[in-house]
Amino acid sequence: MHLMYFTEQPMSAYNEAAGRDFGATALMFSNKHFDPVAGSRLYNEYLEHYRLAESVGFDGIMLNEHHNAPFCMQAKCNVFASILAATTKRVKIVLLGNPLPLADNPVRLAEELAMIDMVSCGRLVSGFVRGGGQEQLATGVNPAYNRERFEEAHDLIVKTWTQPGPFRWEGTHYQHRVVNPWAVPLQKPHPRVWIPGVLSKETIIWAAQQRYPYIALSTEIEATKKIWEQYDKVANECGYAGGPEYRGYLQRCHIAETDEKAMANARQFMWMQGEFTGLAHPVWSSPSGYFSPSYRQAFVEYAVGRRSNPRGAAFEDQLQNGQILAGTPKTVIPRIRKLLEETRPSIMGFWAADGFVSHADTRSCIKLLGEEVLPAVREIGKELGLWSPFEANAPTGRKFLDPAVPAGV
Amino acid sequence: MNWTSETVPTAGVTLQLNRAGSGAPLLVLQHDVGTPPGLPFYDTLARDATVLRPAHPGYDGSERPMWLRNVRDIAAVYQTLLSQHAATRGRTDVTVVGLGFGGWIAAEMATMAPGAFRRLVLVGPMGIKPERGEIADQALVSYIDYVRLGFADQKKFDAIYGAEPPTPTLEQWDLNREMTFRVAWKPYMYNASLPHLLGGVSTPTLVVWGREDRIVPLECGERYAKALPQARLSVVDNAGHFVEMEQPEQLARLIGDF
Repeated sequence: MHLMYFTEQPMSAYNEAAGRDFGATALMFSNKHFDPVAGSRLYNEYLEHYRLAESVGFDGIMLNEHHNAPFCMQAKCNVFASILAATTKRVKIVLLGNPLPLADNPVRLAEELAMIDMVSCGRLVSGFVRGGGQEQLATGVNPAYNRERFEEAHDLIVKTWTQPGPFRWEGTHYQHRVVNPWAVPLQKPHPRVWIPGVLSKETIIWAAQQRYPYIALSTEIEATKKIWEQYDKVANECGYAGGPEYRGYLQRCHIAETDEKAMANARQFMWMQGEFTGLAHPVWSSPSGYFSPSYRQAFVEYAVGRRSNPRGAAFEDQLQNGQILAGTPKTVIPRIRKLLEETRPSIMGFWAADGFVSHADTRSCIKLLGEEVLPAVREIGKELGLWSPFEANAPTGRKFLDPAVPAGV
Repeated sequence: MNWTSETVPTAGVTLQLNRAGSGAPLLVLQHDVGTPPGLPFYDTLARDATVLRPAHPGYDGSERPMWLRNVRDIAAVYQTLLSQHAATRGRTDVTVVGLGFGGWIAAEMATMAPGAFRRLVLVGPMGIKPERGEIADQALVSYIDYVRLGFADQKKFDAIYGAEPPTPTLEQWDLNREMTFRVAWKPYMYNASLPHLLGGVSTPTLVVWGREDRIVPLECGERYAKALPQARLSVVDNAGHFVEMEQPEQLARLIGDF
C-alpha cells in the first residue's frame, strides 16, 4: 500500500460568524477576513506536520490547492511541493493536484513540475484536477471549456515531458510557437499521474482511458464501489484489468489517545458546515458548462434553492458510513479494515485533522497514525493483496507502459 | 398569428427558425436567455412583415456548433441566413431587430455589411463596454435572479414565466447560459472593436433603451447612438432590459414609426 498524509490546510483563524452572515465562504467572501499573522503561523505549523508525517513513516504527502476560500489556504500546490522537495528525504510528493484548466501556460507548469521532480530526486507524483466550480470564476477561466482545457493541457504537459524540443503546439486553447523548456523531469518516462475526483463520471472514464489511478475523495463506500465499477469497465474496454493499483481513497481519520477526545476533534471535520469546500454558494459552485450534463437537472434545482447540497451529510451519518473515522488506534483499525475490504484501494490518504484542531493534537494524531495505525494497515494491505502502483510496477500510463523511475538510478 | 417552425441548415450550423407574416423581411434576434415561445410582440411585428425569428446557434433548441466561439461567428451565420432568404424570396429590404444580446449580434452584422439593411433596431444591446457602470454578470447570479433583474416590474416576470419557473425552463436557461459563456465569457459581453467599426455603418438605426435597464446601463445606449452615424436613442419608461416583454405595444409602435 501507499499511505499518504493529507491536510486541507484550513485557514481556521477567520471570523466564522462573518462567513455565516455573508451566506458563503467562497469566491466573494471578502479576503479582509484573512489574517496574515495567523496565516504565517499556520503555514509553518503545516510544514512541521508534513515533516513529522515523514518521520513517523508515511509513504507520501498529498497536497492540493484551492482559491478564494478559508477551507484551504494553499493557493499553489507547487509552492509547498517545492519546499517539501528540499526539506523531506523519503516521502513521495503527491500533488492532487494542479488545476490544469486554470493554467494559461501549461508549459510553465511542466517546467515547475520537472524542477520539483529533480529537486526531490524523483519523488513527484503529479496529479491533475479540473479545479472547483467557483475557482473558474475566481481565476476568470471559462467553465464551459473546463474539460477541453484540462485534456489539452494534460496532453501538452506529457508531450513536453517526454518528447525532446523544440516543437510547436497549435491547440484549441493553447498555442506555443516554441515548446522547449530547459528543465525536464528526472523520472522516466515521466512522473506518475494520479487523478482525484468526487462526482464527475467523465473524469473517471478519462482516468481509466489514460490508465491513471483514480483517487476517490472522501466518497461513501457504496459510491466508491460504483466508481470502481465504472473504472474497471472502461479499463476492460481499453484492454487491461483495473484493480487495487489503480485505486486510491482519501478519508478523514482523526486519532487520539481516547475515543472521546478523537470524537470531539473529529467534529472539526464539519467546521465548514459539513461540506469540505465550505459554505457553498449554489450559483458560484456550479457555473454553467462546468458540471457534467447528466447532472444538469440536479444542479439547476440546487442553484435556485430547490434542492439541498448532496454533499452536506450530518456528522453522525458520515461516521456511520465511514466517511469520517475517529477514535483510538484500537477502535479505528477495524473500521479501516472494513473500508479496505469493501473498496480494495492500494493508495490510502489519511486526512488527519481539520478546522480548529490544535497544533499539539494534530501532532499527536500524526504520531499515533504513524506508530500504531500505519503498521497495522500495511499488514491488512498485504493480507488483501493491495499492492500500490510502486509495488506492482504498474505502467506510468496508457502511452508509456514502463513504470516511472528516476533516471540514473 | 400562424407561426411555422423549421430547421434550416446555414453556414455550418442548423438553426431552429420560426417564421410568420408576409411582406418585407424582418429578422428578430433574441436575448442571451432565449425567449418564451409566443410573445404578443412577435405577433404584432408579423402583422406588417415576414418575421424570421431564429433561435441562436446553441440556444433554445438550435443545435450547438462546437466550433462556434464568438459573437461575430453568430453574426456571420445570420448574414448567410439573410442571403439565403434573399435568394429564395427575392427581398433584400430587410429590417433587423436585435434584443439585448441579439442587439449586439445585429450591430456586429451591420459592421460586416454596412449598408445592407433597410433599418436596424437595437433594443438594450450588449456589445459596448460601459465607461462608468458594468454589464450585469450572469455568472454570479442564479438563472431566475438574472432574468428578474431584466424586469422593472416583477409582476410582469411572474405573468410571463410564473413566479417559480418550472425546472425545464431553468434547464433551458442553463443551456443558453453555457452557450453565452462559450461565445462571450471574456471580455464579458462586449467587443472593444465594435464602437470603432460602428462608425462605418450607414444603416438608419433606432436605439431603444428601457429606462430601468439593470443589465446593460443606459450609458451604453448613448454610446451606441454616438458611434452610429445614422442613429437616434429612444428611452422607454416603465421597462427594464426586456422591453419587448414589459412594453410590447410601445416598442412595436416605435419600430413601426421608424
